[in-house]
Amino acid sequence: MEHIFYTLQDFMVHTKGITYLIMGGLLVGLPLFWLFLTGRDEKNKTF
Amino acid sequence: MGLQDTIKDRLSNNGLIKNRLMKSNLINNPLIQKIEWTPINIATAIILFVGFILTIARFFGGLGTVTNLDDNNPWGLWIGFDLLCGVALAAGGYVTSSACYIFGLKRYHSAVRPAILTAFLGYALVVFALNYDVGRPWRLPYPIFYSPGTSSLLFEVGLCVFLYLNVLFIEFTPAALEWLGLKKIRNFVVGLTMLLTIFGVVLSTLHQSSLGALFLLAPSKLHPLWYSGYLPVYFFISSMFAGMSMVIFEGSLAHKYLHHKMDETHLSESDGVVLGFSKAASFVMVGYLGIKLIGLSIDNNWHYLFTSWGLWFLFELIGFVALPAFIYAVAAREKNVKLARAASILGVLGIILNRLNISLVAFNWQLPLEQRYFPSWMEIAISVFVVTVGIVVYRLITAYMPILYEHPDYKHADDSNNKHGHEED
Repeated sequence: MEHIFYTLQDFMVHTKGITYLIMGGLLVGLPLFWLFLTGRDEKNKTF
Repeated sequence: MGLQDTIKDRLSNNGLIKNRLMKSNLINNPLIQKIEWTPINIATAIILFVGFILTIARFFGGLGTVTNLDDNNPWGLWIGFDLLCGVALAAGGYVTSSACYIFGLKRYHSAVRPAILTAFLGYALVVFALNYDVGRPWRLPYPIFYSPGTSSLLFEVGLCVFLYLNVLFIEFTPAALEWLGLKKIRNFVVGLTMLLTIFGVVLSTLHQSSLGALFLLAPSKLHPLWYSGYLPVYFFISSMFAGMSMVIFEGSLAHKYLHHKMDETHLSESDGVVLGFSKAASFVMVGYLGIKLIGLSIDNNWHYLFTSWGLWFLFELIGFVALPAFIYAVAAREKNVKLARAASILGVLGIILNRLNISLVAFNWQLPLEQRYFPSWMEIAISVFVVTVGIVVYRLITAYMPILYEHPDYKHADDSNNKHGHEED
């Protein structure tokens, strides 16, 4: 259900809060995905 | 002997073009002497014939004769598919050449020429199709040479496409010059490679993103799930994996139908190109998913996900970005070339779906269905005609010019360059 925001402050705190959480998740997730991607690579070979 | 006789003699006996044509076996080639009427060739001939008739109808009858475009819907399929998809899928040119020449990944060298040719034909067809779409095509050069609208994004797109088409043409010419045997000019153009690559990357960054920025003008028309302040970033990032997917997809088609044209270098390097590009495309796709999520969150559009538009948005994002990203990743891990090629089809379809969603499907989404634009069969037929022209020209060029193989006269020089490049790696 759509949340009602009464002030711009409320809106910014809400959306930025969630966005920062997502960015934190990405900062952890992307290196893990890179490890998954390159997990079986031979040394000194990038494909 | 008069000048006329000299020219005649040169062309008929030992003239450059005739000489080249004979050497490359063009005149004696069975393709020219006798076209085999296979089902594909018959379908191609029919498409070209219908396209030719519709071209006459378009230019003698006007836009209203063949399109459903009107003042409320001035941008239709030809912009959404021919231009937006054409430009995105032609991104393989700048991606491959920058990987090879700027990042020094010389093992992708054999993929550069096919990618540059695809990009050159892609952009040439964008301009070709634009002639159908604009009301007065003879005024296409006006914004650049006569009345530059420097505050307009369209001016920037037009200027970049104009310049980049020239850059791609120059980047493509070494193949044609090798075919014609013009060594000196070829060597001069090859010397410009790095400059042209840098120029190409700069121009692509500018206009790929600006095509997305065009839609920033219409926040009330584009559905909030697709509209975002990050649209230019989305367009630029998605063009990277679109280009890589296209290089893999086009390479798999070339392997199937033009295998006999490939030399040992191309055949031995092709698996590495597919797997390397799969890995890169997968990582870029996951990054793209991340920024799409951030766009969704910063505009607080989560509630739209639970509508029918949300389902369509998730279908695009999960089915044509997340799924191919995962398949690419598995393919790169398992060194499975077939899987990567399958993912490239999803990648190419995904970018087509994304561009059509932004320009047509989710555009004017609040209007009742009877007021919405839907392309006429003739618009679709002309788009198919344009793609077919591209495939026929690609087929012709690869049949005669050293695109999928190295010209024997330059093989040694390129080998030493490659070795040098590998040492640098």
